[in-house]
Amino acid sequence: MASAILRVRGLVMDFGGVRAVDNCSLNVDEGSITGLIGPNGAGKTTLFNLVAGFHKPTAGRVTFRDERIDGLPSYLIFRKGIVRTFQIPRELKRMSVLENLMLVPSDQIGESMWRAVAARWLVKRQERAIEAQAREVLEFTGLSEVADLPAEGLSGGQKKLLELARTLMAKPRMVLLDEPGAGVNPTLLRRLVDGIRRAREELGITFLIIEHDMGLVMRLCDHVIVMSEGSVLTQGAPAAVQQDDRVVRAYLGD
Amino acid sequence: MLEFLTGFAILVGVYSVFTLGLNVHWGYTGLFNIGVAGFFALGAYTASLLVIRPPQSDQVDDYLFAGDLANRLDALPVIGALDLWFVVALAGAALVAAMVALVIGTITIRLRGDYLAIATLGIAESVRLVFLNERWLSNGSKGLYTIPRVFDGIVSPQDYDRVYLVVVLVVFALMFAVVRALVHSPWGRVLRAIREDEVTAEASGKHVFRFKLQAFVLGAVIMGIGGALYAFDLRAISPSAFTPLLGTFIIWAMLVVGGSGRLYSPVVGALIVWGIWSGSQFLPDPLGSPHVRYFSVGALVVLVLMYAPDGITPEVLRIRDRWLARWRPRRVAANE
Repeated sequence: MASAILRVRGLVMDFGGVRAVDNCSLNVDEGSITGLIGPNGAGKTTLFNLVAGFHKPTAGRVTFRDERIDGLPSYLIFRKGIVRTFQIPRELKRMSVLENLMLVPSDQIGESMWRAVAARWLVKRQERAIEAQAREVLEFTGLSEVADLPAEGLSGGQKKLLELARTLMAKPRMVLLDEPGAGVNPTLLRRLVDGIRRAREELGITFLIIEHDMGLVMRLCDHVIVMSEGSVLTQGAPAAVQQDDRVVRAYLGD
Repeated sequence: MLEFLTGFAILVGVYSVFTLGLNVHWGYTGLFNIGVAGFFALGAYTASLLVIRPPQSDQVDDYLFAGDLANRLDALPVIGALDLWFVVALAGAALVAAMVALVIGTITIRLRGDYLAIATLGIAESVRLVFLNERWLSNGSKGLYTIPRVFDGIVSPQDYDRVYLVVVLVVFALMFAVVRALVHSPWGRVLRAIREDEVTAEASGKHVFRFKLQAFVLGAVIMGIGGALYAFDLRAISPSAFTPLLGTFIIWAMLVVGGSGRLYSPVVGALIVWGIWSGSQFLPDPLGSPHVRYFSVGALVVLVLMYAPDGITPEVLRIRDRWLARWRPRRVAANE
């Protein structure tokens, strides 16, 4: 049995009077592709925001590789190896696809103002390495042809692939994908599924995926967690979860 | 006529500096600063206070504070001989602008869009009112007027404008080179990412606050140096030069007309807008009056936003390239 890379314990998030996440506890196994499903408003995206440091939890804790990360700023959580995507792609519109990716690596020499001016040859050398890495990721995700286009010109599906590409650029240990399949045509979806599988097999990345498309969840995930009203309703193998009456009731309402 | 053109070119250079600073804020980082006048005033007053001569006897209660740097540094070997007090004054203006920007930025930079705009507008007005009301420091509405000439003693007064034009162009070129290197670097890439979508920059692991604060301070330093250059050009400053209209609106107009987020737009924008602004005084009376000036600059901004939202710079570059293309084959032919 694989060990848990991410543990969430008793997590609570209040927005004013609304409790979006309510005493939520779950584990994600290292190297797994875990699905996170549940009706709208179940708190899935809020859970992502809490894990990735975009919100501070009201209570509870999150540990990643046996280290507490709840309440840390997002850029530090990113450096520990957790990268998230957005339900609606947030590409950098007036920057090229290549630039969208070259932005991502941490600790770039040229991100320091002083070295950007004073040590330009060092920066240039690193830029070449980062560009090579970005082109590799573009190849991996099948976006090579659009590398030099401004990102606003991509189709909806390509933007989803760009979100995935951005996470791979970070060399993450764990990726949180928020509805990667929504609005993607079957051809691109196949490429996306393939990309996620290969990223797990070849790079050992753990995935936690919010998805409403049950077909995709069945094909892709080896474990499924069902959330409802801010906490975990049930979990298990995809087929078992699909048969669970409570899950159907949660989706359709009692 | 030549004198007029020299004076005109100096102010185009000075306004290019402000617009360069605003381009760092808005063009590359998306920081909505509508308080340019605040850093402009801080730079102008800091540099002036550092160098003004003590008052003569009949102005005795005018200034309590006079840096008189020109005379004080005279005794020092290299600095005295080369009149480098001017560089010290610019550095002082930059330092004060940087410190104020650091404090203001730490408090306000987390605000988004409109709120940052309101905060910067208010702060700029506060700065102006401080200089208007603290008479012991800045002589109130009469302002400061014993600002010495740069390279006084080396250059004769009638050559001052021409020499000072070179000074302004050199200072601008230096800052332009730094900004150019920065915006083409990974640092500039992070700024552009923040401009496009702050949340994505955050999801790409960037410490967004740090980069925004750095950009805010850099832009403010450039504006502060611009203020100092302005003071040494007019050699008399008063709070009326730093109103939102004269100190902020016109600089925004230059950035918009030139094209926000483009390297050469400060020069193009400053040239066109300042050309209209100062050229209109030669028009016959109803056309040359101030409200027509304001109106024509406003109309130009609207027209540019409607018909060339990326500004005029791309158009200028296209024309330049066309001319170069026409010119090059001929030169090759001549060489053969």
